[in-house]
Amino acid sequence: MASQYRRLATDSAAATSRTSDPPTVAVATSSGTSTRATRLLGAVTLVGIAWLVAFGLGFSPADANQKESVRILYVHVPSAWLAYLAFIVTAAASAIYLFSKKHALGWDRLAGASAEVGVLFMSITLVVGALWGRLTWGVFWEWDARLTTTAFLLVTYIGYLAVRRLGGSHEQRARRSAVLALLAVLEIPLVHWSVRLWRSLHQEPTVLRPDGEVKMDGLMLFTLFVGIVAFTLMYVWLVIHRQRTMAAEDALDDVGLDAAIDARLAEGSS
Amino acid sequence: MEDAGFIIGSYVVTFAAIGAYALYVMRRARRTTSRLPDEAKPWT
Amino acid sequence: MSLRSTARTAQLVARKDLLVEWRSRIALNQVLPFAAIVMVIFAFALDRLPNPPRPGGDNDTLLQQVAPGLVWLATLFSLLLLVQRTFAIESEDGALDALRAAGVDAAAVFWGKTMALAAQLAVLEILLLGAAMVLYGAEARWSGLALLVATWLAATVGLAAVGTLYGGLAAGARGRETLLPLLLLPAVAPVLIGATRAVEAALGIGGTAIADGWPWVGVVSVFAVAFGAGGTLAFGPLIDE
Repeated sequence: MASQYRRLATDSAAATSRTSDPPTVAVATSSGTSTRATRLLGAVTLVGIAWLVAFGLGFSPADANQKESVRILYVHVPSAWLAYLAFIVTAAASAIYLFSKKHALGWDRLAGASAEVGVLFMSITLVVGALWGRLTWGVFWEWDARLTTTAFLLVTYIGYLAVRRLGGSHEQRARRSAVLALLAVLEIPLVHWSVRLWRSLHQEPTVLRPDGEVKMDGLMLFTLFVGIVAFTLMYVWLVIHRQRTMAAEDALDDVGLDAAIDARLAEGSS
Repeated sequence: MEDAGFIIGSYVVTFAAIGAYALYVMRRARRTTSRLPDEAKPWT
Repeated sequence: MSLRSTARTAQLVARKDLLVEWRSRIALNQVLPFAAIVMVIFAFALDRLPNPPRPGGDNDTLLQQVAPGLVWLATLFSLLLLVQRTFAIESEDGALDALRAAGVDAAAVFWGKTMALAAQLAVLEILLLGAAMVLYGAEARWSGLALLVATWLAATVGLAAVGTLYGGLAAGARGRETLLPLLLLPAVAPVLIGATRAVEAALGIGGTAIADGWPWVGVVSVFAVAFGAGGTLAFGPLIDE
């Protein structure tokens, strides 16, 4: 069993070493997936969010065109950006898993964790976008190519997460989901292209649509920048924890629950 | 503030969803790692 | 494995699938009646004159206007059943694994199953278009025949390829009945959009010209080629244990 643990440790070490965690004392982290580095990251993230809320809702001015509703953009744009980034990370990690010689499971877990966080951010983007659309366009939803593609991306990755839960060995899960993530890279541009062609047939909807152009002054750009930084830190924090939890779950599957308890007891008595 | 319900609502939706997910991940992490020996936690 | 032997194996797999299908008559006795009842209940849901009525009195009913889309929707629903069926006969006794263990090329299995599925879909689509003409009063025109045939070929191959690909992924898994639609329906959206617009042009619905339909055949063809190529490469890694 010791060799099994060692294999597992090197497996995930490949993926987590990038986070450059300092080797902390085991006592402090005997339960949970936190380390000193992630706690620091979490604290910085919280400060960033507080900053974003203060500037977004308070200090930044209203826009000339969009008036107060421009404030929604400070959470909407960062979450959309993170959602797309998450899916790019998933696709890249899947490709690395599939085409590297080692087939390290760490890449598969990174892909899975990133897709899960991406689904979260994508759902938020759609809900908040609908609220913003109601204020700016007068409707919650519009069959615009970007919106439609975003919705398809969300459903596609919900399917991807369902495939990850299909069962089978870890290697089977990793290969299956990696292939599926690459197929999504094929599928999404096709959907986007066909929806764009489809919409170009129709004239612009006759909803209230002031020119969406936002002239951002320095303070507004700065607020948006704070939002993007805070959301990116949040994404990194969530993915690190989710990825470590997945590693722990895989390890539990490998050794079986009983063996794990035995090992724990043996450790305590020695 | 004009349209305060929509604007504050969108902030609340965003951070409540992320917060709930973060709590879910942390609880799950605590539950699984408490059953594992430290050798199986490469991040420590 | 050479191209010729792959094609030969694909042919054998396709013939085997069609033979099993023909002997069991499931497609005939269950999927076809299902498609027919879908066409009937569409009529219950969409039985309206368009609003506002056009001057001149030549008002198409709503059903006549949306007939192409309904034909493709009924095709998609039937596709879900056919795909599930074609992989149920494989995974019941581990036949897919046995084929792979015997050294049969995954690309050959993919194309064989795709061809068998395409043959069934092709027949189904013709029957559904006929049903739309009978039930909804949709009218075809001879000048649109070439466009109609091109759409029919491209859409059938595309749907069969993507159906086989995702069907193989979901085969033998718990909860595959619910997983397959979740994976398949978002993926086939370009076919639904493209094939519907092309058939609308072929039938001349809403005064569309036939020339308007050809770009949409292009969309569906690109889809078919993309998923044909994707399936050739990805089917092996997806179904291997």
